[in-house]
Amino acid sequence: MEAGELLERFEAFVASEGKIESDSWMPDAYRKTLVRQISQHAHSEIIGMQPEGNWLTRAPSLRRKAILLAKVQDEAGHGLYLYAAAETLGTSRDEMVDALLDGTAKYSSIFNYPTPTWADIGAIGWLVDGAAIMNQVPLCRCSYGPYARAMKRVCKEESFHQRQGFDILVTLCRGSDAQRAMAQDALDRWWWPSLMMFGPHDGDSPHSATSMRWRIKRFSNDELRQRFVDVTVPQAHFLGLRIPDDELVYDDTTGHWKFGEPDWDEFQRVLAGDGPCNAERIERRTRAHVDGAWVREAAEAYAAKHVAAPAA
Amino acid sequence: MLWEVFVRARGGLHHAHVGSIHASDAELAMENARDVFTRRGEAASLWVVPSTAIVASDPADADVLFEPAMDKEFRHPTYYEVPDGVTNL
Amino acid sequence: MSRTSELPSVEAVADGCLLLSHRLTEWVGDAPTMEEDVALGNIALDLLGQARGLLSHLGDEDQLAYFRDADDFRNPAICAAPNGDFARTMLRQLFADCWLEVVWAAWSQHADDVVRGVAAKAVKENAYHRRHSRSWVVRLGDGTEESRRRLLFALEELWPLTADLALPGWREAVTDVLVEATIPVPAAVEGDDEAIAACDEARRELLAEMQSLARAHPGATW
Repeated sequence: MEAGELLERFEAFVASEGKIESDSWMPDAYRKTLVRQISQHAHSEIIGMQPEGNWLTRAPSLRRKAILLAKVQDEAGHGLYLYAAAETLGTSRDEMVDALLDGTAKYSSIFNYPTPTWADIGAIGWLVDGAAIMNQVPLCRCSYGPYARAMKRVCKEESFHQRQGFDILVTLCRGSDAQRAMAQDALDRWWWPSLMMFGPHDGDSPHSATSMRWRIKRFSNDELRQRFVDVTVPQAHFLGLRIPDDELVYDDTTGHWKFGEPDWDEFQRVLAGDGPCNAERIERRTRAHVDGAWVREAAEAYAAKHVAAPAA
Repeated sequence: MLWEVFVRARGGLHHAHVGSIHASDAELAMENARDVFTRRGEAASLWVVPSTAIVASDPADADVLFEPAMDKEFRHPTYYEVPDGVTNL
Repeated sequence: MSRTSELPSVEAVADGCLLLSHRLTEWVGDAPTMEEDVALGNIALDLLGQARGLLSHLGDEDQLAYFRDADDFRNPAICAAPNGDFARTMLRQLFADCWLEVVWAAWSQHADDVVRGVAAKAVKENAYHRRHSRSWVVRLGDGTEESRRRLLFALEELWPLTADLALPGWREAVTDVLVEATIPVPAAVEGDDEAIAACDEARRELLAEMQSLARAHPGATW
C-alpha cells in the first residue's frame, strides 16, 4: 500500500474512533508525538514526587502523613504505567529517562515551583491535581489504546488526590489565623502556575490541531483552562479564599468566569529551564539514578548467575 | 527486562492483562507487579510473563486469521428463527 | 549475644514501627528503581498503620508522635538508624522484619484485644516485608563485588545494634537469609553503647524534623 493511502486509512480509522494498538500501522509523526507526550507525562509524575515528598517527613499528623505517602507513592506508580505505555511505541524506559536527565525531554513546569509550607500540599492537590485531572480525563479516550488504558487507571487512582488537597485546605481555613494565612499564601502562589498548566493559548499552540485530528487531544487548551476556572472559583469561595486576579468576574451572559492573563513570559522562562527549582529537581533525580546504579547492576548480576530462575 | 502483568481480580474471573513492569528476575517481577498493580485490593492472583515469551499474531495477518469467521452466522443462535409457540429452545 | 527472651513493650513496638516507617519514607522518590519507590512506600504505609494502631491504643496518636520528647521514645535503637545506602536500609529492614515476625506471632495471642487485632493484621503485612527485604539482601550479597562489599559494611555497622532484637527465633531467621546471600554470619556480639548513642542522636534529629510543623502550631488541627 502507498504511504499516502495508509495515512488516509489511518486518519479515517481514528476519526471514526477506532483504537490504535502498538502493532498497528501509524504515521511516524503520530508515534513521535505520543512518545514525547506520554514520556513527558511520565517524567512529570516522577519529578512531581519531589515537591510533595518534601513534606513527607514533616506532615503535621500521622493521618496526613499516611495520606500523603499513599499519594506520592501513587505518583511513582503512575509514572510506571505511563513509561510502560510509551515503551509499547518502541522507545525504552532507559532512553526516556536519559532524555529527562540530559534535559532534552520536558516535564510539567508546575513542578519547578517550591513548596515552602504545608498549605502547598493542599494547593497542589486541589489546583495542580485538579488541573491535571481536567487534562487527563479526555485522554482516557485517546486514540492510542495503551495510553488510554494507562490514563483510565491513573484517573481512577487520582480521584482521591484532588480531594485530599481540598480537605487539607478546608481544615486550614477552619483553623487558626496563621493556618488561614498559610492557605491564602499558597493559593496566591499556585493559582497562576496552575492556569499555565493548560499550555499556551490555542493560537500559540502549533501542534494542537494535528493532535485533535488524531484524537490524542479532545479539547483545546483554552477550553480546558476556562472549564478549570469555572469549577475552581466557587471552591475558592467556599474556602473563603481570594483568587489573586483583579480581573476575575462572572459573566452572566456566557455563564463563565472571565479571568486575567497569566504571565506568559514567566511560563516561557520556566519552560526554558529558568524556574525556581528546575536545576534542583533534575539534580535530585540524577542523583537517585546514579546512586542506584550499583543496586540495579547487582540485581542484574544475581539474575545472570541464577539464570534458571525466570523460566522456573 | 520487561514482564507483562496479568491480574485475576477475584476468583472466577480470567486473568486480564493490566500492563508491564521492569524486573531483573521472576521473583522481583512478582514483587514489583504486586506493589505497582495491586495497591487497592485489585487482585486475587497475579501472573508475570517475560514479554519476549508472548507470541503475538501479525497485524498484517488479521484479515487472513479473523475474517473467515465473520460470515458464519449459523454458528450463532440468533441465526435461527424459532417458530411462535416453541419454548425452551 | 545478650539474647532478650522477653517480648518488647507495646510502646517499644509502636515507636519502632513509627521510626522505621519514617526512615523508609525518606527513600520515596530517591530509590534505586522507580518500582522500589512504590515498594518502599507500601512497606512504610504498613508500618505507619501498625504504629498508629498501637499508639492510638496507648493514647492520642499525634500527641504521642509529635509532642513526646525524643528521649521518651522506647524503640529498639536500630529503628532510628539513618538509612545510609540501600544495602544498609535493606539489612536494617530485614533485622526489623525478623524481630517483628516474632513479636506479631506472639501477640496474635495477646490478652489485649486491640494489640491482638493489630498483630493479626500485621502478621501478613510483615511476612511480605520480610520477603521483600530477603529478596534484596540475597541479591546484594550474591550480586556484584560492590554490592557485596556494601552489604558486608552495613552488616559490620548494624550488627552491634541488634542486641535488643534477638528474641528466640530471630537469629535463626536472619541466619537463613544471610546464608542464602552467601554472607558469613557474624558471631554473637554484645550491644555497642557508642553505636546505640549514635542512633539516639539520629532519633533526636529525625524527630526534630518530623515534629517541627506540629510543634510550631500547638493545639492546631490538621
